[in-house]
Amino acid sequence: MNHPAPKHLKKTARGEPVTLLEAVSEGLFEEMVRDDSVFLMGEDIGVYGGAFKVTRGFLDYFGDLRVIDTPIAEGGFTGAAAGAAHMGLRPVVEMQFMDFISPAYDVLTNYIATSLYRGAGPMPIVVRGPVGGGNRGGPFHSQNVEMAFFHTPGFKIVYPSTAYDAKGLIKAAIRDDNPVIFEEHKALYRAPTLREVLPDEDYVVPLGKARTVREGSDLTLVTYGAMVHKSVEAARKLDQEDGVGVEIIDLRTLLPLDEDAIVESLKRTGRILIVHEDTRTGGIAGEIAIRLNERAFEWLDAPILRVTAIDSPVPYAGSLEDYFLPQVEDIVTAGRYLAAY
Amino acid sequence: MSDSLIAGLDQTQLLGLYHSLVLTRAAEERLEMLQKQGHVTGEIYRSFGQEAGAAGAAFALNRQTDGTGDFLAPTVRASGALFLFGGKLVDFFRQYMGRVTGPTEGKEANIHWVDFQKGIIGPVSPLGTMLEVMAGITLSFKVRDESRVGMVFCGDDASSTGAWHEGLNFSAVQRCPLILIVEANQWAFSTATRKNTRVRSFTEKAAGYGIGSESVDGTDVIAVYEAVSRAAERARAGRGTQMIELRYYRRLGYAQHDPQDYVDPDELSLWVDRDPIDLFKLRILEEGWAGESVLHKISIRAEEESRLAAEQATGEPVPDGREAAKGVYTDTITEHPWTRTDGPYRRDSSELNT
Repeated sequence: MNHPAPKHLKKTARGEPVTLLEAVSEGLFEEMVRDDSVFLMGEDIGVYGGAFKVTRGFLDYFGDLRVIDTPIAEGGFTGAAAGAAHMGLRPVVEMQFMDFISPAYDVLTNYIATSLYRGAGPMPIVVRGPVGGGNRGGPFHSQNVEMAFFHTPGFKIVYPSTAYDAKGLIKAAIRDDNPVIFEEHKALYRAPTLREVLPDEDYVVPLGKARTVREGSDLTLVTYGAMVHKSVEAARKLDQEDGVGVEIIDLRTLLPLDEDAIVESLKRTGRILIVHEDTRTGGIAGEIAIRLNERAFEWLDAPILRVTAIDSPVPYAGSLEDYFLPQVEDIVTAGRYLAAY
Repeated sequence: MSDSLIAGLDQTQLLGLYHSLVLTRAAEERLEMLQKQGHVTGEIYRSFGQEAGAAGAAFALNRQTDGTGDFLAPTVRASGALFLFGGKLVDFFRQYMGRVTGPTEGKEANIHWVDFQKGIIGPVSPLGTMLEVMAGITLSFKVRDESRVGMVFCGDDASSTGAWHEGLNFSAVQRCPLILIVEANQWAFSTATRKNTRVRSFTEKAAGYGIGSESVDGTDVIAVYEAVSRAAERARAGRGTQMIELRYYRRLGYAQHDPQDYVDPDELSLWVDRDPIDLFKLRILEEGWAGESVLHKISIRAEEESRLAAEQATGEPVPDGREAAKGVYTDTITEHPWTRTDGPYRRDSSELNT
């Protein structure tokens, strides 16, 4: 390559802290340098560098055959990613907002998720993009899409909550031969508190492994994404005000689900509270609860509870969205109830 | 080419085409028998009256078995193209009968199978998807600077789907070396074309995407061959995506269960005289490219091939039910000859012939 690597993608090499967004960018960049078969497709990812600037500088460095600005047709370019994957390329498809993945639902579920099973070969595709509420984005720029794909066998689903994990997971996702849905929470993208200095080395975070965020012996919070940080706040409160020791499991990967990590934690605490930003009905809490019922019923000292968004579209007005989203106080209230059960 | 008789084809090639037509019909008739005998699990679909489209189009492409040739995504009514690309007759029967010995080991039906060495990418049932997928396959040809094309078949009403339009637009914009074959057989199940579109020819839809197109009599195998040859030449020369409309008629029901009682018998009878096999046979005899006895032998051979392949597949086992749980995820990175990762990669599109 003739062009020098963009400076803003070399913060880790200089020992500077990065945001979650910058961690994703660095991960993508390093994978593209490492492997010529990795390429990007999406709306406005080239000239503009992506709506959130995740791919700023990529076009100049890699050229327009590896950083492809597409028509506004998510089904079309996701389908093309499938064809390219058949031929040994490793497409990373950006949804400008993950809400817009729905036009690609057909090709993702019917074609991409079934390809291996149908004998048509692996689909090393990553579909990534911004998700989540709290930014007053309204119904079409705020959704969490994991459960629309959770039910379809064949996908892996990843949802990082820290810069370290975001970089390690995007790299693992790109190297994985299965199709991966990769969700990046907008509220975490540039959160100053999430800035961290990452190891200047080629690390990956393996898919399917949860992380223990903090240890505790009275109650386990199982969560992921932006809710990890609200759960940490709630845990501090429960600890300080009630003396409840809260353990937090950050799932990091929703599919495959790290069932063992949850069961092991349950054995220590006997109480489970599941917290997710996604809406309530059909959310991942239901699946986790039945799995614990199947595998660890005798370890439960209390009913499994959940704190989630309410069952509505994501509303626009701040007052409505705050009510819609799970808040720290909701987690504290549920945690108190469980600890006293 | 001193021995060329027509369209650059010599006698052996012309008889190869004839064999392809009669083999398709013989195989599908054999399949119908198997279904009546209860051996076929699912539904079967005939290409009766459309055999020349599949054969003529496939014959025009570069068919290889080592993963270096052109690509084909047929429809269920283009099985003749599949056979010409090296798809085995016995696999055709295995697939329809859900045999474990088939390419998808019973997990998928009929011609929905893949053989990348031969350039075969079987379709999926949602319409239009294969156009998107072939856009990506041919994008890889462009990026790697390979002189290969991908041909994707679709029925006429697939062109009503969003996937079709999004895939075609992507391919057109990226100047992918893709040839789209629209099988305008005048029916989408029981719905006539006039209820699906206002265009008189599907080439009008091609105009909407700024791509080259031609409309051809789909019952004339030589005309199809020539049109697709021209399209392939344009695509290989960097002129991007091409469409060929094949005009013909679906002379049987949508599938075996469909008695086609919504079709005007007078209209149908018009197409009996346009049978692609009869037409080609007449042409061969009139032009003196071969004699009656040669053609008869080819027909007998095709029937025998079909009978033997069907017999073999019928005697083979179905999969163990527990296999259903396997093969959803892969944990291994697979390296195949067709998944080249060594380039050469073009850096950007400025060096392309745009």
